[in-house]
Amino acid sequence: MAQAAIELIGINKSFGAVRANRDINLEIARGTIHGIVGENGAGKSTLMSILYGFYQADSGEIRVGGKPASIKTPNDAIALGIGMVHQHFMLVDNFSVLENIILGAESDALLKSSIAKARSELERLEREYGLEVDPDAIIEELPVGLQQRVEILKALYRGAEILILDEPTGVLTPAEADHLFRILKQLKEQGKTVVLITHKLREIMAITDNVSVMRQGTMVATRETSKTTVGELAELMVGRRVLLRVEKGEAEAGAVKLAVKNLTVKDSRGVTMVDDISFDLRAGEIVGIAGVAGNGQSELLEAISGIRHAVSGSVMLDGKPIDLTGAADPGELRDRGLAHVPEDRHHVGLVLAFEENENSILGYHDDPRYLKGPFLNVDAIMADAKDKIEKYDIRPGNPRLKTANFSGGNQQKIVLAREMEQDPGVLIVGQPTRGVDVGAIEFIHKRLIAMRDQGKAVLVVSVELDEIRSLSDRILVMFAGRIVGERGPEATEGELGLLMAGVERQEAAL
Amino acid sequence: MDVFIAIVQILDSTIRLSVPLLLACLAGLFSERSGIFDIGLEGKMLVGAFAGAAAASVFHSAFIGLGMAILISVAFAMVHGFASITHRGNQIVSGVAINFIAAGSTIILGQAWFQQGGRTPALQPGERFDAIVWPGAEAVRDVPIIGPIYAELISGHSLLVYLAFLMVPFTWWVLFRTRFGLRLRAVGENPAAVDTAGISVAWLRYRALICTGILTGVAGAYLSMVQNGGFVKDMTAGKGYIALAALIFAKWKPVNAMFACLLFGFLDAAAIRLQGSPLPIIGKVPVQFMQALPYILTVILLAGFIGKAIPPRAGGVPYVKER
Repeated sequence: MAQAAIELIGINKSFGAVRANRDINLEIARGTIHGIVGENGAGKSTLMSILYGFYQADSGEIRVGGKPASIKTPNDAIALGIGMVHQHFMLVDNFSVLENIILGAESDALLKSSIAKARSELERLEREYGLEVDPDAIIEELPVGLQQRVEILKALYRGAEILILDEPTGVLTPAEADHLFRILKQLKEQGKTVVLITHKLREIMAITDNVSVMRQGTMVATRETSKTTVGELAELMVGRRVLLRVEKGEAEAGAVKLAVKNLTVKDSRGVTMVDDISFDLRAGEIVGIAGVAGNGQSELLEAISGIRHAVSGSVMLDGKPIDLTGAADPGELRDRGLAHVPEDRHHVGLVLAFEENENSILGYHDDPRYLKGPFLNVDAIMADAKDKIEKYDIRPGNPRLKTANFSGGNQQKIVLAREMEQDPGVLIVGQPTRGVDVGAIEFIHKRLIAMRDQGKAVLVVSVELDEIRSLSDRILVMFAGRIVGERGPEATEGELGLLMAGVERQEAAL
Repeated sequence: MDVFIAIVQILDSTIRLSVPLLLACLAGLFSERSGIFDIGLEGKMLVGAFAGAAAASVFHSAFIGLGMAILISVAFAMVHGFASITHRGNQIVSGVAINFIAAGSTIILGQAWFQQGGRTPALQPGERFDAIVWPGAEAVRDVPIIGPIYAELISGHSLLVYLAFLMVPFTWWVLFRTRFGLRLRAVGENPAAVDTAGISVAWLRYRALICTGILTGVAGAYLSMVQNGGFVKDMTAGKGYIALAALIFAKWKPVNAMFACLLFGFLDAAAIRLQGSPLPIIGKVPVQFMQALPYILTVILLAGFIGKAIPPRAGGVPYVKER
């Protein structure tokens, strides 16, 4: 084995009563790509933040290049040649690429010379690694793939020899992700060490040399990637066998429940986000809408669920029109049997400062079941919440706990339980498993398929292709506000990826 | 020619009236660009005005007065910093508290020290900043057009007036041409980016607040040692809030800030000038309306005439490292 770039020995870190890292040992070989997998909350990000000097370990030792290192601030890490690409980019959105790159690494009290130096250095890095980006572009005008490239450049500009990437592909299209992997391989060839944190096992298999698995704050295993399987890694992550693809029978599509015709929606800036879309959703089927984030899926969901005005077109629910222009009242739609699990549970789906039991009836709080005269019937609400907690395995099972204190997966279950238990005819779900653990994903998928089998119509929007392919009976692909193709669940990832990138459309136009 | 002279005189008082606004506005710019809302500009100006007039009168020196104004104002800025940066308190509450403390303490201390009903003693020559007459100003006064402009508008202001207007290009240069400015703008937009780049968010924000304190101190000194010959209770009279409005109006940019403050200064000057004199067509306008005009305009302008003003994105939010 090559010399170790980083050794972590006996790292412990607690946040209050939570032990985020317990006695972690890890050795990362120089010039390799090392994957770290684990569920959300397994302690991957905490471990890397300790390595980057964002937090201090309570105990343990870090060695960089064989020498014991004291990393107290990100500055120390940078000086040791450690660079980090964070999951949420650490960029100033209204600064130019150059300004972002020199921030904190300016060579002088005045900017002029720093900028000039960065510009020539950037040209060199571009040549060496194929990392092209316009140095004068403003960050917020760049697509996320390029923003990420700026983050990588930032680390390289500071002389990083060891590059840590935290969930780098969450925001990328399959093509962008492939490009990123090519860059990472090139970095490896140049002798850099790459640490890749992810929960997507496919990426681990595709690109890493070694992989370490974390579970509940401990390091469970380290494997050579070529000598392990996705199944084994998933089992190590969750601690039990996991169904990566949910079993389901053939769909028995019935009557049309939701008919969307020529729907056009504009966003607040007046840009057409949904462009003349038509499709039907039938009872007893799951229709998946695939697409790269930002191609109009969110606006489509919002228009159908009555949150956003539509410009033109019609939506029929059970044969009766939904008023789209006067902003259909989401409450009225609920009464008519259309339930909605929003994409962004933090801003739309839940009030995080509320207790769990309050969130589990939110939106249905006018239902006589939860009322006693003009007042809330607290006993009924608590009983209802406890019932849902049991049915959906929401943990911790305390209906009085503030919703913000639940993990992402359990928050999602609270929303799902609320909407599904109303027994709606049509269920619209945005990003059903965003930020949700592998174990909970399996559970949520099973519930959605059970809804389908009960004869409900389910519409799923997700940026996760695997999820769309595993759940859907029919797949619609959106690109630039239009539906550019319909495929069956047997469609390959490559085929869907091309559609998502709008490739088919250009070829068809030729 | 009478009209011309009247216009020059209005513009002259526009300059005088906009100086405290401009200094306070630039002060707010430093603070808000770093992500700290500062509703306490008013209070810091007030303590600056009091400390300046009091020290100048006791030590018989305008410069000691100015120094003391800056010192005390910076001290108040540090209190705001301690509450809102170190202890991550609510920035609005902290700012309002500073305004109350300033309003109360200046009167109490003024009465205790000078027994003049909360005033400081009238400043003598040498204890104030006097007008600087530019060479040849008197000689060219009678030259048509250029004469009055040179003698009235350009010449004949105090040191602090020139300082205030020089602060505009200087602030621009600091913000957009120096390392400190780059980091200051960054920390107001995304403090996490600054933190991960290995820069201390807290120390950067404290330094921004020191700049704020210095400028509000000068603004206060101008009120009590130039515009007035001593401190009078509540003499800031809402200028700190107008400066905040001007800052939004200017979209947090220094040159815009100057024009915004000149506009508010002009409205003030016009209101004073036009009091009681009938206007063509409209006739006689009530004094109260003229006095209210700057505020009415503020509301109208801020309600939508200036387009979307996007504040620094991290403004008002204490920085907490995320887990």
